[in-house]
Amino acid sequence: MKLVGFLMLLAGWFLVMAAIVLFASLPLRAAFVLAGVAVEALGLILAFRSHLIPREEKR
Amino acid sequence: MSPSRLPEVTTAACLFFIFLVPLAAAGLALMNVGLGRSRSAGHMMMASLTALAVAGLAYFVCGFAWQGFIGGPGRTLNLSGKNWNWIAAEPLLLRRLFLDGSYASLTALFQMFCVGLAALIPLGSGADRWRLRASCLSTGLLAAWTYPLFAHWVWGGGWLAQLGVNYGIGNGFLDVGGAGSIQVLGGLTALAVTWILGPRRGKYSADGMAPAIPGHNAVLVLFGCVLALVGWIGLNSAGAILFTGGDLSGVALIGINTMLAASASALTAALITKIRFGKPDASLTANGWVGGLVAGSASCAFVNPAEAVVIGSIAGAVVIFSVEWLELRMEVDDPGGSISVHAVAGIWGLLALGVFGEFQRPVWNVAGDFLPVGVNGIVSGQWLAQVIGVATLLGFVLPLTYGVNRLLNRFYPYRVSVEGERQGMDLHELGAGAYPEFVTHTDEFLPR
Repeated sequence: MKLVGFLMLLAGWFLVMAAIVLFASLPLRAAFVLAGVAVEALGLILAFRSHLIPREEKR
Repeated sequence: MSPSRLPEVTTAACLFFIFLVPLAAAGLALMNVGLGRSRSAGHMMMASLTALAVAGLAYFVCGFAWQGFIGGPGRTLNLSGKNWNWIAAEPLLLRRLFLDGSYASLTALFQMFCVGLAALIPLGSGADRWRLRASCLSTGLLAAWTYPLFAHWVWGGGWLAQLGVNYGIGNGFLDVGGAGSIQVLGGLTALAVTWILGPRRGKYSADGMAPAIPGHNAVLVLFGCVLALVGWIGLNSAGAILFTGGDLSGVALIGINTMLAASASALTAALITKIRFGKPDASLTANGWVGGLVAGSASCAFVNPAEAVVIGSIAGAVVIFSVEWLELRMEVDDPGGSISVHAVAGIWGLLALGVFGEFQRPVWNVAGDFLPVGVNGIVSGQWLAQVIGVATLLGFVLPLTYGVNRLLNRFYPYRVSVEGERQGMDLHELGAGAYPEFVTHTDEFLPR
């Protein structure tokens, strides 16, 4: 799950990069940048959840 | 326009501001020491000193070569007809850099202090369990690679700064005092290090409790805040002159905004902790103060004082709730609050520039002429440029710094042994405690 989370972070960033290069109009570009940020946010949530400490390791 | 040399008075003032920056490092180091345990106090200060040393040397060897300066040589990628400047092409070891007060030499000096500041941030999150040599190795990589790469994109005329001239997205990504390139980058490295190290022993129990492990010296923490203020004023002023084309006429506004952001943030933090816990919490108020400095540093040259107060107030609230959420819900043990103070507040500060920023003067952050002033100071798309910068920090820098540190951890384990953590880092790694006179004598407790 850690790897998936970080891959989603990267994927979101690539979406943002693609939005800058491919779209000319501000509204369309902004929409895709925000979509990329949303993917990053999901990846960040996954990364955080994957680093929660299992109960058996807590003492 | 590429100023090979700033006017003499500006150069002198810029040097003065740059020489204030180490005070910010001193402040952060004191805060990290005070927020940790007494058994690791000497180790934390030793780690701070060695981090500054390693960062400076690594930056000298190759950091500046890859970060460069606005108008300097760089390597570009051509994407759909636009040149993306992705890394500088300066020689290693500062060769061919004329250290004669030129713009490039001022940039190199300033950055050498800034990278040291960024290197101190993860130390606060790794307190009480991060081995000294491991922290030095991590710092070396941060100073030699991670920091110069991103700082080139923002402060070296790289592609983030070029978003304005290449794609008409505002003035490009702006960051006056390093909220992104120093603070968020350091904060995200702190997050990566905390994930790799794991929490301190006894921090999280199986019954779901997370007992507080308080810092050992509130005086150090709070005094560190005062030093940090002076350093941040220097940081923000020098950054405005070097990386946004500002001049001395804007320094008063920068100083006022810096002070107001920190003040509003600290008081908000104190108020929230008073309401929630019955008494204001000193360490969280200190975290709030620095969070305000961090958040205000992105926009200090481009907002009015009232807006700086708003930015600071929101930063104070954000820091408090972030500290709690990370510690209790996400089980991220961050003794110094580095992640919340630097990463979270820094991200808010960068976004706040997009919301509140007004550009009453032209901005210069890429090779070539100043960018035109917008209508009534508002530049279309500046908020989008800031979002893109934040997205780059989260989506590229975080995976990069996590991957690099994780790889290092495989070859040289970051975490001290169980026995070492119990003994304390001072005795285990340095062989001597910071407070050798703090000895409890049994006869002190005998009835008289």
